[in-house]
Amino acid sequence: MMDETKRYERLLERYGNGDLERRTFLGLIGAAAVTAGVTGGPIAKLHKHALAATPDSVRFDGWGGVVSEAFREYAFKPYTAKTGIEVVDGTFGGADEYISRVKASQPGEYNIAHLSGVFDYVRYDGLGLSSELNEANIPNLANVIVALQDVFRNVTGGKLSAVPYDYGTTSLAYNRKYISDDEMKAKGASILIDEKYKGKIGGWGEWKTRIWYGALQTDQNPNDIKDMDAVWDAIRKHRDLALKYWSSGAELMSLLAEEEIYVTEGWSGRIKALQDQGHDIGYYDPPGGLGWQECLFVLKGSPMEACEELLNFMLEPAVAIAVAEGQNYPPALDPTKVTLSEKVAALPAFDPTGTLSGLNFFDPPYWNSNEADWSKTFGRVQKGY
Amino acid sequence: MASLDPADNTWQPWRLLAPSLTAILLLLAIPVAFIAVYSFWLRTATGADVAGFHLDNWIEVLTDPFYRDILGYTVWVAFATTVICALAGYIPAYFIATTQFKHKAFLLLLLMLPFWISYIIRTMSWINILGSSGIVNAALIWLGITDEPIQMLYNQGTVIVGLVHFLLPFMILNIYVSLYGIDRNLVDAARSLGCTGWQAFREVTLPLSMPGLAAGSLLCFVLGAGTYITPLVLGGPTDAMFANLVFDAIITQLNWPLGSALSLVLLILLGLVVAVYNRFAGMNQIAKSFG
Repeated sequence: MMDETKRYERLLERYGNGDLERRTFLGLIGAAAVTAGVTGGPIAKLHKHALAATPDSVRFDGWGGVVSEAFREYAFKPYTAKTGIEVVDGTFGGADEYISRVKASQPGEYNIAHLSGVFDYVRYDGLGLSSELNEANIPNLANVIVALQDVFRNVTGGKLSAVPYDYGTTSLAYNRKYISDDEMKAKGASILIDEKYKGKIGGWGEWKTRIWYGALQTDQNPNDIKDMDAVWDAIRKHRDLALKYWSSGAELMSLLAEEEIYVTEGWSGRIKALQDQGHDIGYYDPPGGLGWQECLFVLKGSPMEACEELLNFMLEPAVAIAVAEGQNYPPALDPTKVTLSEKVAALPAFDPTGTLSGLNFFDPPYWNSNEADWSKTFGRVQKGY
Repeated sequence: MASLDPADNTWQPWRLLAPSLTAILLLLAIPVAFIAVYSFWLRTATGADVAGFHLDNWIEVLTDPFYRDILGYTVWVAFATTVICALAGYIPAYFIATTQFKHKAFLLLLLMLPFWISYIIRTMSWINILGSSGIVNAALIWLGITDEPIQMLYNQGTVIVGLVHFLLPFMILNIYVSLYGIDRNLVDAARSLGCTGWQAFREVTLPLSMPGLAAGSLLCFVLGAGTYITPLVLGGPTDAMFANLVFDAIITQLNWPLGSALSLVLLILLGLVVAVYNRFAGMNQIAKSFG
């Protein structure tokens, strides 16, 4: 790129020689200034910051709250102390919101994200945002449950763009003051469309979960739905009986704790937190109940070695266990390879075998292929159609 | 020394306006132009966008009754909110404008006080007021009026309550400015000519305060129709407004082109409302309220 000072000197010389009119000279100077402003100056500084390629910092985005606190204390601080690389710690409210931010950003502006499930892994890969991890730089990956890794490898041709980090379930949470354990077991997922509890039913306003439970309520396999109309009807029935769709873990906990609702599906970690607070909330995993995993995804354009080192820090058993205890979700570490704490072993959804064979996950190709149609239709059904 | 020849000063207004026009261009016109361009693109199955000139989004938004119905609902909620704000806001505005209380500025400060608290927090405070274990239900149960909590939250009514809570200060401020500018001698003259207090208000004060009422109504309607948080926090499953559709399209469905078309529809609708207002009332009254 031509040096702007030289450009100015050449223009001045031409102006001095009488080759340029005063008006033209000033116009060109102005244009040069605009060019400098857009391609250099503050914009260039932003660009440098955005790339974060020089590993003086790595950006990490997560769900905030106790999870981020655990990350900061047990992973980011020792990582920075050892490497001198600062971790820029950001948060997001939801996976959908975050992918919009990433889509609008420059490559490298965002580096590592604590994402939900395999579904998002496929979405990011579909948008061309996936990276390729050098697993030799992440020795702690050897302790991670193989089944959780394999679903990612199947998407990205045997390679990994993320490391699995934790898992949990979205099962039925109910207030024992109003619903007995026996009634819950007898009714299962259908309790969410039981007219007896009209106005006291809740539900996550997220299309995948609603469709999954709609499939269970119509006795279908959520990963191979044959009668979608029946599922939409079940979702409509749930909508008409529900008091409110909740949109965050905090709202879920508030609705149950304040007894605004008596039953909803809920996230295992959040329900455990309610139980720990003394609320008499039951948690039942119905046949075909929904399991999910979270991963630490490295976005394309990130400083890979620095990110891989941070991932290795975060997979250190001490760190992963501390985070798991903080957020009430079991870590992705294989219990047959790593000794986990008693508190972790008591968490809902914890699988001591390390196979996760008892959990049901979204089938990524099936759900991602229907995303555009189903998410849009759910948006309408949710609003009364 | 400035020239007295008008021809030499032709560009002077433009030079003075340049900073404002630049800000409007950079912060409003160019972003809206980007949105307009986006609205003609298409979303692929993976969420990536396909550039081009496609009318699909516009055809869908303009012909699908789903969007029309939600737009109608949005207009209705904004209208109801505006009417309630006008009725509820006139009395305090009249009081502040006519009171002899020497610390009138303090009353105006109280009016602005809610703005010091986050809009979301103010909206969520209604959960603690109207919820099953909220103040109102606790009082009703304590008084023996009801045995069980009454379900008051998460419906159209609470959405309107939340919006009135948010928008009332805008209405009061506009009416106050209008009332404050009325020459009190006109009211005294009406009374001396035989009007009762009510007649003087109806024939003199109310007509002269109409510009403020109209300006407040415009602000309440426009802000109410564009709201997104209130129906999300205080609404039930079917209480979504048009801005929620924009959120769904852009954030949940990752369909930025459709979201752009939807946001432009809302922008055009509210722009028409402002244009009609400007045609009949002029925008200077709003400027007075903030000036």
